[in-house]
Formats: sequence, C-alpha cells, structure tokens
Amino acid sequence: MAPSGPPVGLPRLLRSGSRSDAPLRLSAHVERLGPPPLGGDVRRGPREALIRAVDAGGLRGRGGSGFPMARKLRAVADGARRPVVVANGTEGEPASTKDKLLLQSAPHLVLDGVMLAAEAVGARRAIVCVEQAARRAVLSMEAAVDERRATRLDPIEIELAAAPSGYVVGEESALVRWLNGGPPKPTFVPPRPFEKGVGGRPTLVQNVETLAHLALLARYGPDWFREIGTPGHAGSALVTVSGAVSRPGVYEIAPGTPIAEMITACGGAPDDARAILVGGYAGRWLDLDHHLQLGLSDDQLGQVGASLGAGVVVVLPRSGCGLAETTRIARYLAGESSGQCGPCVNGLEAIAAGLDQLHRGQSGAGTAATLRRWAGDVAGRGACHHPDGAARLVASALEVFSDDIDWHRRHGRCLVDAGGPRPATSHAGRSG
Amino acid sequence: MRQRRVRLRVNPITCEGHGLCAELLPEWVRLDDWGYPIVNADPVPPELVEHARRAVAACPTLALLLRLE
Repeated sequence: MAPSGPPVGLPRLLRSGSRSDAPLRLSAHVERLGPPPLGGDVRRGPREALIRAVDAGGLRGRGGSGFPMARKLRAVADGARRPVVVANGTEGEPASTKDKLLLQSAPHLVLDGVMLAAEAVGARRAIVCVEQAARRAVLSMEAAVDERRATRLDPIEIELAAAPSGYVVGEESALVRWLNGGPPKPTFVPPRPFEKGVGGRPTLVQNVETLAHLALLARYGPDWFREIGTPGHAGSALVTVSGAVSRPGVYEIAPGTPIAEMITACGGAPDDARAILVGGYAGRWLDLDHHLQLGLSDDQLGQVGASLGAGVVVVLPRSGCGLAETTRIARYLAGESSGQCGPCVNGLEAIAAGLDQLHRGQSGAGTAATLRRWAGDVAGRGACHHPDGAARLVASALEVFSDDIDWHRRHGRCLVDAGGPRPATSHAGRSG
Repeated sequence: MRQRRVRLRVNPITCEGHGLCAELLPEWVRLDDWGYPIVNADPVPPELVEHARRAVAACPTLALLLRLE
C-alpha cells in the first residue's frame, strides 16, 4: 500500500503520545511513511543535498543544546577521516522520558534518521546508545534492528550499545569515551567528538529525537518541516511534563505553545501554578506570575534566558515549595558529578548544602549572596557543562523564590513541610 | 612580526588545587572557596607573560596551560 502523503499537523513523531504505544513494526512503519529516502550508496561520501535540506529546515538538536544539526553534519562530513554516527538515546535527565518513549514506540523512525545521518556525513559505522536500564526501549530497538537486518534495508550495519545509567553519561565526550572502552566520564576537550571521537574518527553525536525529525524532514522537505514551530524553533517538539498536572507524560507540541495552554492540556490549572522548571534539571525556574503566556520555544524562552532544552517542563503548584524542589535537584546534581573536577565536586556539594539551609530556614543573612557567588564561580569551570547547568538552576531559584527565602528565615522553618499555608507573595492576588 | 597573544587555561580534571599558580600570578589567578584556581580568560598582558610561564612550569600536576593564539 502506498503511504498517504505527508502528515498534516500533530503528532508527527508519536502516534497517540501515550506510554502504552506498542512499537511500530517495520512493515507498518513503511506502510505509513514509505521507505526511508536513502541514496543507497554511502561509499560515495557525504550527501550535501541532505545537509542543505536540514539547514533550510532549521532542525536543531533536541538533546538539550539546541545546536543547529546542519552545522554539526557539515563539521563531521568535512573531517579528515570517514566519520562515525552515534545516536544518543541515553536520556540521563530524570525529568525526561521522551527519548525512551520514542525509542519504544517509533524505533524505525529513529533508525531511518540514523541511516540518513550516516549518508549525510558519509559514515560507514552507526551506533545507537540506549540506557541499559530502559528495558522496553532496549527490547524495541533490538527487535527493530533485527527486522532491518532481515530485510537488508540499510546500506550499513547498525550497532546497539546498552549504556550505563547516569546524568552525565549522555554528555557527548563522556559517551564517546565510554564507547572507546573508557569510563563514561567527560573528557577535557578539545579535541571535540566531531573532530576526534569514536576510534579517533570524526563523530556525529545526535539525540534520537533529532534523528527522528531528520527521518521526516528528508521525506517531506524543509518547507513541510517548518509548518510547525517558530522561525527559531522549527518542527514539532517532544516535551515531558510533570509536577502539578493530572496527566503528566510526554506530549508532542508545536514550539511556541503558551505555557498556560500546555499546563491546561496536561490537566493542570495555570492559576494554581507558581512556577515551572523548564529545560531540565540544568534548566531555569520561570515565575508564572509573569510568564504564563510565554511560548515554549527557544526563541521566546531565550528572551528570558531560558531554553526548552531537552523538552522538560516541571510544574510547581502554589502549594509547593520551590526551595525544597531546588534543594532536592541540587543534591541530585551534586551526586551526579563525575567527580573529576574540583570546582564541580566541591562547589555543587556546597551549593546543595547552602540551599538546604535556606529551605530549612536556618540560613544566615548572607547565605543567598554566597550561593549566588558560588553559582557564578562554578559555571564554566568543569571539563563538561555539568556545573554550568547546576549554576543556572540555582541562580534562577534564588531569583524566582527570593520572597520565599525571607519567609523561611523569618519562620525558621519551611511551612510547606510543616503542612501550613504557603507564604502570600507580593503578587498572590489571584489566589483565594 | 606581531607578537602572538597567550591565554591561560586550566585542565580542571588534572588540577588538584595546589594553588601555586595563584601565589605566583595573583594578578591573573585567584582561588575559589575550595582552593581551585579561577583564571582570567583575557589574553595575558605582555608584562605578565614571563610570570605566567613560570606559573605553568611550577604546576605540580601540569594542569595550568598556556595557549598561543
């Protein structure tokens, strides 16, 4: 049966957006979208036309960095040796499940993207990394790779690599180091993976959602790709929503969707939401008294110093405590430091301890200022960006929850922990 | 010939916070609250380059690097 033209509207990557989506098998996938538009001969070297299409479509990385995919493809394709493609499905971010859902429900969409990326850069080796603990995603990918092998669909073999768990494992240089037989810890770059990665070859490390988008962009073209999203954030986006909503989970959205609309769609009440954490544990808190109508896209979030990152939205209710949440996350991030760099090891621990004092109302008058200074001091001082992310989170918490800090100090404890009423903030007029 | 600019960089993985760099080059290196160096990212001014070289040579873990541009 011939596929029925390009998909219109949403969803593009998911079918129902539900965690119970069964893996779409190869025959059903091809029936739905047609075979991947492969050129068929990777030995010819890079496929410049495909790179140009990605550039025109404005596809950016969906693993957190938002880096333009075309620039990465070009850099790797221009390397001195034949490159390697690594699909990053490790998803170490605790608040994100979108990559796991994508891997388990649409494995062939991701694998089409892997093959197309390999053709685009002229790679003959492609590795798909999935967190070993994500059982359903691993099983789905194993079955999908077997199906493609049996039908000889792909010009090159796909290798599956079951990666260890951990927040920093998915960091490009850490993943490459692990694939090269080392510990899954970041390296002091340069050289960066795109110059010298797996086996010393130029290596394209790309998030699995990015590759799934590539599979569709290559089929239907850049103009179709841009029909959804904003000029600076083209294409649909997978977002994991959690916190104060009755239907948490993965949603495929049009970038630019206002925060209020997103919360409502997930069964939450925008007026009962105090703030959201956007981007992930290394993201930023946004005060919803001011930003409820802001669009969830990198261009609009960028205006307030935030980004959609890996597509994480955590909704903090007015009845919750932002300091408690931030302390919990800062503790987690401190524990996930790979333990290599002094400022990260010591700084993140100290920051988490300081936040805990703020939260328990046991801080001194200068604690918040000290935390602000420490956040500034640790940023940019690790081999990877782990401390930068923690610093961003903490700096935004000190800003958004500044009234709460005073409140906790005055009462010498956290009233939310004690089950009492939340502090009335200066702009709590809408509550009641 | 125009003189090449130099910048100081720290390899944060090998640095163990001995702090000699901050002692030898306080104009350009300060220590954070845990004893690890925070290096000024600007090009090192010509009059400090010789001191910078000495600090680089003195680092016990060879973590302080001089980058030529």
